[in-house]
Amino acid sequence: MKAILKDKLNLLYEEISKKCELYLPTKEKGALNFKKFDGENEVDIESLQTVKSAKDFFFPQTEDMVNFKTEGKNIEIIDAREKIETYVIFGVRACDYKSFEILDRVFLVEPVDTMYKNRRENAVIFTLACNNPHASCFCKNFGIDASSPKGDVECYDVDGYLFFNPLTEKGAQIVNGLTCLEEVKGEDKVDALKKDITKKIEKLPFSNLDLSKFKGENLMELFNRPEWEELSEACLGCGTCTFVCPTCQCFDIRDFKTNSGIKRFRCWDSCMYSDFTQMAAENPRKTQMQRYRQRFMHKLCYYPSNNDGIYSCVGCGRCVKKCPQSLNIVKVIKKIGGEKND
Amino acid sequence: MQEINKERKPLIVAFCCNWCSYAGADLAGSSRLSYPANVKIIRVPCSCRVNPLFILKAFQRGADGVILCGCHPGDCHYTTGNYYTRRRMSLLFSMLDYLGIERERTRVEWVSAAEGAKFSNVMNDFAKTINELGENKRLEDLRCKD
Amino acid sequence: MQRLENAVLSKAKELLESGKVSRVLGWTKGEFCYDVSPCVFNTVDELKNFVYNGFCGANLSKYLINESKKEGKIAVFLKPCDTYSYNQLVKEHRIKVENVYAVGVECQGKFDIEKFYAKGVGFVASVEEGLTEVKVNGETVLNRNDVKLERCLVCNKKHVAGEEIVELNEKLPSDSDRFEMVKKLEAMTADERFAFWKKELSKCIRCNACRNVCPACNCTKCVFDNPNSEVSAKANATSFEEQMFHIIRAFHVAGRCTDCGECSRVCPQNIPLHLLNRKFISDIDKLYGEYQAGEDTTSKGPLTSFTKEDAEPSDAVGGNK
Repeated sequence: MKAILKDKLNLLYEEISKKCELYLPTKEKGALNFKKFDGENEVDIESLQTVKSAKDFFFPQTEDMVNFKTEGKNIEIIDAREKIETYVIFGVRACDYKSFEILDRVFLVEPVDTMYKNRRENAVIFTLACNNPHASCFCKNFGIDASSPKGDVECYDVDGYLFFNPLTEKGAQIVNGLTCLEEVKGEDKVDALKKDITKKIEKLPFSNLDLSKFKGENLMELFNRPEWEELSEACLGCGTCTFVCPTCQCFDIRDFKTNSGIKRFRCWDSCMYSDFTQMAAENPRKTQMQRYRQRFMHKLCYYPSNNDGIYSCVGCGRCVKKCPQSLNIVKVIKKIGGEKND
Repeated sequence: MQEINKERKPLIVAFCCNWCSYAGADLAGSSRLSYPANVKIIRVPCSCRVNPLFILKAFQRGADGVILCGCHPGDCHYTTGNYYTRRRMSLLFSMLDYLGIERERTRVEWVSAAEGAKFSNVMNDFAKTINELGENKRLEDLRCKD
Repeated sequence: MQRLENAVLSKAKELLESGKVSRVLGWTKGEFCYDVSPCVFNTVDELKNFVYNGFCGANLSKYLINESKKEGKIAVFLKPCDTYSYNQLVKEHRIKVENVYAVGVECQGKFDIEKFYAKGVGFVASVEEGLTEVKVNGETVLNRNDVKLERCLVCNKKHVAGEEIVELNEKLPSDSDRFEMVKKLEAMTADERFAFWKKELSKCIRCNACRNVCPACNCTKCVFDNPNSEVSAKANATSFEEQMFHIIRAFHVAGRCTDCGECSRVCPQNIPLHLLNRKFISDIDKLYGEYQAGEDTTSKGPLTSFTKEDAEPSDAVGGNK
């Protein structure tokens, strides 16, 4: 297997970044997020998770769509979409990779979102197996195997080496072109690591949730459950859960008046916000309970009933970690999903 | 591009209260006292009408300096408005400074309706300061620049 | 701290059983020891999930805006810092006081779960709390100060509201200066300060958690949610908008911020937002005399009052050039 000593990872980063842009989990002021490699990044591939998910690469928080310029009676329409060249995202975890599949089903069906498609197709994704899954992880429930995270190239951090397992042609091309890699015998070690990860994941407290109630047929029954009231009681109506979530994909399109025209851009929106469903006449979701219910019904019922039963949650645990008042999807699954979860 | 920038005169926004400073500006004009043409006056009912958001928005829209003029403390048309302005702006300017934004870009001056000469002096002096500081880079919104 | 939790719990039971109140606002157990949530308890039976431990950092006072308008009396447990927010809300007539029975609860400082992770504890299954030390998972002993929320390290607040107080008198005073970092920043050059804030504020994802959790941010409709304000975009498109949101957020609570520290606690990106609020507090103290918002329910705030001799904005305190 191709591999590199972990002490020499900087050589790898430098070599990749010479070929194309490289994004890595980087620690900055105490928060881990993906940042472009500039030679001075404080790269951290040991920590499990970035604060913001990897969806930002394909679906950034704000994105220009089109510009209008006015001069006298003329309006010029300018395509503001960015030109994207091949780039590498390094250190994506299995859950985040799975989230791309969920987003693809939204953005890549007709009519195709060209901005998303452009970014998606030009990305080469190096995934990383989770050596130390956290107690808040529950990816196993959604059929995700953190020990083989998929992507273009799978990476395994074992025994002082980082091993590479290219899965696609795109990935193989980059890996084979890297001169800093050496050939190391490591199949056994990687297999051992995989087994170890699987064992660790089996032991996690949320690894065996009962999702049998969320089937997409009993929508009204779940919708009308009285428990939503107490589940949402403490919700602040902030957008933290939706913004750190790898599968939340709602956005708003806005116009910004510049001094000489208009910039039309899209930005993330959150179903937790009071004006998310604001319309000219009125707002159909008036209470925070309704908004809260919407978010989880969408993840666990509406999305699967439209998408062959695939849940729109990957169990990354970001909402579990980041909700200011510790409300999260696990609590919802346990409360609404029935006794088996106790 | 650079040539245009060289020619570009810094933009100054002056919020003037209706009762004193705006009349002061009028008097400056009718007395044929000059003040820089790049000072754009926005008339407000009272200096305390100026919300901190107005000042930030002026910077966003391309202002390089923002000056707020009102009646002298004690002479407010609404009796006490400018006392509140004084406290608010002291805090706001100090906060801008705390964020590393040049504190000379913002100023409060008290100009009465009889002080046409003072109005002209204040504006000339402020424009000079802003000229020396150059373009506002720290509180700019790049979307407004093209 | 089991004794304190028991004392608070029996107080909650007593209030519900005696019919003095019809509901109790407290904290409920989560899946782990650290993910407790605010919760309204309607019956004594529901109190089996009641919890009061080092992870009950959430300030409950803001929930009273809605809860106090409902029928019946509600009891609320307030930590010392929460009582200031409570007073401030009472002062602003946002809470129906006659429907509230406020109970002060002692606090030895609340935890920041991320500080446990930073100390190398991968998973916090249990915490035995002592006054100066905590024992995690029955094995690792940590200094309590090392895992406290920043706000709790500098806290010297006492209960300033509440019909009664549940306490064991086991609290250690703090000798740290809450303005230390503000002073440090003021001593930097303008360029350094600009670089510092640019890095911090660029992390902002505009989730609005800092605004929504803040007891002082209690407008029914926020200016940032008003489509006519031109500042209602839901994301920071440029660095200007990052600055604007945080300047205005802090300014809107200036003179009313009690320094409860919730904004920094909830920030998913760990932006030290309290440093903005504390700058205003320190300026107010220097310019207009020491003032602690929420200390009482009647006095006028520093931005709703004035003296004729106030400093001019040009002389107002500032940092280095």
